[in-house]
Amino acid sequence: MSALTVTGLCKSFGGLHVTTNVNLNVEPGERRLIIGPNGAGKTTLFNLITGELSPDSGSIQLFGQDITKTPSRRRPHLGMARTYQIITLFPRDTIIHNVSLALLGLSPARWNPAINIKRQGHLIEHGLAALERVGLAHIAERPLAQTSYGERRRVEIAMALAQNPRLLLLDEPFAGLSIDERRDVQQLLLAIPRDVTMVMIEHNMDVALEFAERITLLHFGEVIVEGNRAEVVDNPRTREVYLGH
Amino acid sequence: MSARNLAIALAFLALVTLPFWMPGIYYINVGSQILFYAIFALGLNVLVGYAGLVSLGHAGLFGVAAYATGYMLQLGYGHTEAILVALVIGVASMALYAVLSLRSTGIGFIMITLALGEILWGLAYRWISLTGGDNGINVPTRPAPFGYSLTVPTTFYYVTLIIFVASVVLSAVFVNSPFGASLMGTRDQPRRMNALGYHVWMIRFYACLFSGLLTALSGILFVYYTQFISPQTLSLTSSAEVLLMVISGGPGTLLGPIVGAGLVVVVKNVVSGFIERWNFLLGAIFVAIVILMPEGLVPGTARLWRLAFRKRAKPVKTETPS
Repeated sequence: MSALTVTGLCKSFGGLHVTTNVNLNVEPGERRLIIGPNGAGKTTLFNLITGELSPDSGSIQLFGQDITKTPSRRRPHLGMARTYQIITLFPRDTIIHNVSLALLGLSPARWNPAINIKRQGHLIEHGLAALERVGLAHIAERPLAQTSYGERRRVEIAMALAQNPRLLLLDEPFAGLSIDERRDVQQLLLAIPRDVTMVMIEHNMDVALEFAERITLLHFGEVIVEGNRAEVVDNPRTREVYLGH
Repeated sequence: MSARNLAIALAFLALVTLPFWMPGIYYINVGSQILFYAIFALGLNVLVGYAGLVSLGHAGLFGVAAYATGYMLQLGYGHTEAILVALVIGVASMALYAVLSLRSTGIGFIMITLALGEILWGLAYRWISLTGGDNGINVPTRPAPFGYSLTVPTTFYYVTLIIFVASVVLSAVFVNSPFGASLMGTRDQPRRMNALGYHVWMIRFYACLFSGLLTALSGILFVYYTQFISPQTLSLTSSAEVLLMVISGGPGTLLGPIVGAGLVVVVKNVVSGFIERWNFLLGAIFVAIVILMPEGLVPGTARLWRLAFRKRAKPVKTETPS
């Protein structure tokens, strides 16, 4: 059984075909990289997989379960988590509160209007554990507004990890990071255990290539090349559309 | 004790002892008005402040609860039945509002609630067999719980104070709860909340119901206070007035709407006795608030206080991540 199976997925905005008959098969525990030039439809593919957009046709399966019609808000409950290319956090709150919201999203306690959120020991405990994994536990109480861009990137990842996903979708987790920060994020991604399947969109080839076992190249919404690192890099189509030489 | 808690304790003490130091019945009645308008403003603040949904139709809901009370009494039911039915009808009307207006947020939400408020105003004005039209409905008596007749202004004041304190406590618990956190999350990042597994629409809907409950409570207190309800109470001006209470005091804070209600009611009732053009004064005050404290009186005062006493938030030490 595959972790993620995408079959014949299509999506157009008006006359613009952003996803054209995409097929994707990601095995459990796999690290998959999706590359492609700007406008290739990478983020749209993510939005289709997470359900923020609904496909015109095709189907999506998560660990054998058809989730094509499952509302996007249900998908985290089935073990899918994502990070955003454009950082999407709660700027008025502290780091730990951001992670707590991620935890609460999967807990029935999110409907409870009568208990104090600050007194929920297990929320804070699990939140700190997730922050520990990204090396931010020591500044957990810091307001998000007072954090650096690199720290926010890691909060994004901590929120996804806090949900204990089976499938983790990372949308350009290295975007805008310095070389040092990139190395830190790369290390924390490499430390994620194999029971988490990961699909990553990334432009930054040197860090991304090290991460991935299989690579899918998208171009104008179509899968052009798919294979292991060497196959994709050596493929003449890759050089043509992406590497540019 | 922090300056904030000291101020709250003093204000609470002042409210509890108010009938003893206020010169005359008139001012005790102004006190009652401040309290039930504060409940109204707290109710609207659930949406404006915590959900990020600005409603311009809340006077309609306030009025529906008031009319329901008046109409039930007119039909000959007792006060208990009238109040319970008014609460149910108030919350049910809010639910209907929510189903129609939660289709959108932002300007769309404002316009739909505005339209719904206007429809209710129109019904109150034109559905004469039910509402008495322009003549409104008279409420000849006030209830007398446990033998204390609310006809006595001081008793009315204390009953209103109890309901007010209960509403504040209820709001405080709500705001600090996981559900409150979820609601504020949908205000700041609805898309993210959805991707984290939250049912954004349903969270907003429940918040609307809570807002409707507080609004209906205040509407019932209002109709017992004035002992009269007419379409004017449901007008757009009334909706704007309560919105101004929330915005001037500080939306998204617990104390802000209360202070805002105090400000508007005092200017309307007390200052208007001395200054004929009190509307102008109220306008000038709002302009001053917008210029000097755009975040509202309560957060603005807190900011100036910190500035004056140099008690700024300690700068966070920059540590290198391990």
